[in-house]
Amino acid sequence: MADMTLDGNAIAGLLREIFTMEMTNALGTCGSCGAVNEVGRVQVYLHAPGTVVRCPSCEHVLMRVVRGRGKYWVDLSGVRCLEFAEP
Amino acid sequence: MIKWQLGTLAELKPETPRVSSLYLDVPEWPGHLAGQHVDVRLTAEDGYQAERSYSIASAPEDRRLALTVERLDDGEVSPYLVGELRVGDKLEFRGPIGGFFVWQGQDERPLLLVAGGSGIVPLMSMLRHRASASRKPPARLLYSSRKFEDIIYAQKLARLAAAGDGLSVHHTLTREKPSGWTGYTRRIDAAMVKDVAWPKDTTPAVFVCGPTSFVEAAAQLLVAMDYDPRWIKTERFGATGG
Repeated sequence: MADMTLDGNAIAGLLREIFTMEMTNALGTCGSCGAVNEVGRVQVYLHAPGTVVRCPSCEHVLMRVVRGRGKYWVDLSGVRCLEFAEP
Repeated sequence: MIKWQLGTLAELKPETPRVSSLYLDVPEWPGHLAGQHVDVRLTAEDGYQAERSYSIASAPEDRRLALTVERLDDGEVSPYLVGELRVGDKLEFRGPIGGFFVWQGQDERPLLLVAGGSGIVPLMSMLRHRASASRKPPARLLYSSRKFEDIIYAQKLARLAAAGDGLSVHHTLTREKPSGWTGYTRRIDAAMVKDVAWPKDTTPAVFVCGPTSFVEAAAQLLVAMDYDPRWIKTERFGATGG
């Protein structure tokens, strides 16, 4: 199923909805291995209505996003820190 | 907030039997960077919506916004875009989107572009942008297609390479080759990458785009050549691309 893997570019639009700004250049620190990667480099699995984001270094789950019924559920517990420029 | 807007299809240009370019008139286009994409949304009469991302093919300085779309027979959106949509029809989309997989003309590093199939689309925006820039870094494109007739932008790429401004285009065909073909005839491999890629001491800017398995193979080959992974920006289109 490796070919189902996408990357952070694929959720640029979704992240714009949530953070209201471009996030693929943001730096995320993995809560498990501590690797720092641009959001554009993360592994993304799209299974509507949910999205799972994994660390490209250790595959730990960084983020889960579910969108539906007019709401978002955003689980960021796998990300230690997200660094991005002010708009 | 990123707003949905309507564009009008001004021109539809077939590129290959399965791929067409859609030229859109957009009333309020804020401008884009080469490598960005848009999200396209279709809404059925019963309210069901399907959304897909499509890379922008036009350069930032082009008059119209161009998307190039591969028709996937089991797709929800692409069979409508390539087959149903007619000139004058409206299309709902939002964008431009993306900030990681972008190339800006002021980047002076040698440019290495590696495309599999419809992964050429955002790289074409970069090449068009480069063609209109006053200072052009040297650029090499390695482009893998299945068959000769699947090569997207074949003539446009030949014209860009013929300009003699420091761009070279290297094709490989993985399934069938026509007689007289002088390009590569195999999947991307270490020898091919070594032929085409810039020496690592030039610290090139690298963009790789295509189906996931292609992108991962190409990126691994470049890292095996001692390229710093941070030089390599990748965009995966999934199993089939587009």
